[in-house]
Amino acid sequence: MHARVLVTLKKGVLDPAGEAVAGSLRQLGFEEVRGARIGKVIEIDLGDVPQAEAEKRLREMGQKLLANTVIEDFEVVL
Amino acid sequence: MRIAVVTFPGSNCDEDAVHVLRNVLGVAAFKVWHRDTQLPAGTEGVILPGGFSYGDALRSGALARFSPIMGAVRAHAEKGGPVLGICNGMQILVESGLLPGAMLQNSSRKFVCRWVGIQVETLHSPFTRFYQKGQILNVPVAHHEGCYYAPPELLAQLKAEDRIAFRYQAGDNPNGAADDIAGLLNPGRNVLGMMPHPERASEGLLGSEDGKALFVGMASAWAGRAA
Repeated sequence: MHARVLVTLKKGVLDPAGEAVAGSLRQLGFEEVRGARIGKVIEIDLGDVPQAEAEKRLREMGQKLLANTVIEDFEVVL
Repeated sequence: MRIAVVTFPGSNCDEDAVHVLRNVLGVAAFKVWHRDTQLPAGTEGVILPGGFSYGDALRSGALARFSPIMGAVRAHAEKGGPVLGICNGMQILVESGLLPGAMLQNSSRKFVCRWVGIQVETLHSPFTRFYQKGQILNVPVAHHEGCYYAPPELLAQLKAEDRIAFRYQAGDNPNGAADDIAGLLNPGRNVLGMMPHPERASEGLLGSEDGKALFVGMASAWAGRAA
């Protein structure tokens, strides 16, 4: 089973790299860009695990290691 | 005093810390590998040194916090033993929850490597007791994720509890850290995390001796109280 954990910065946490990307996009002619935030995708290869169990375990992984919940949110995609 | 300096894979300031303790201050210092599960008998203080543990994978300090030695470091801190995290060491302390808040990329997006002036904000800790309040220390910083982040309630708490140990001088904040915070203490005041490098500012030959008193304070804090 393959899963993805999406980690994003919480609202209000500064993302200078995201601001730089937004600036570059506007410079390239994408004037409609109001902002960009950079997150992470962690692709995880799991063994044969029932879906509900996998989701529970992936949430634990997110809490414990994959995201720093002081500054980041995360989402599990199965 | 015996001080253990933990070497993680990717630490690069462990030798510098041992050198200052041993050769400049005459303190017994030794390196401990991160895979060890116990601190050597008689350990009175612990230093988590600067560097790039685990190549900063995921987030700076995020993987090192689960190194086997960290259980013993936590236990030492919980007993009241002094623990100092410098640069990557501070990032590890923050990731591990031994210090609150989080570290972000520098607001300039650049790696900063230069001398800064930091102001001593409290004398109430083993590390700062031999300074003067308001004293400016000349120490170098060298980091990419040094922007300390704390939500407003936490910032207010840190101030109310006098837990900000050092602030960058006004107008000289190298990384965008909240409230110019360069170093902070845990509630027990025996754990200090700081981004600047006092071990690189403990010999006149290197341009500053301002960091020396921090190690003297740490080394004499727990003498004779080792487990």
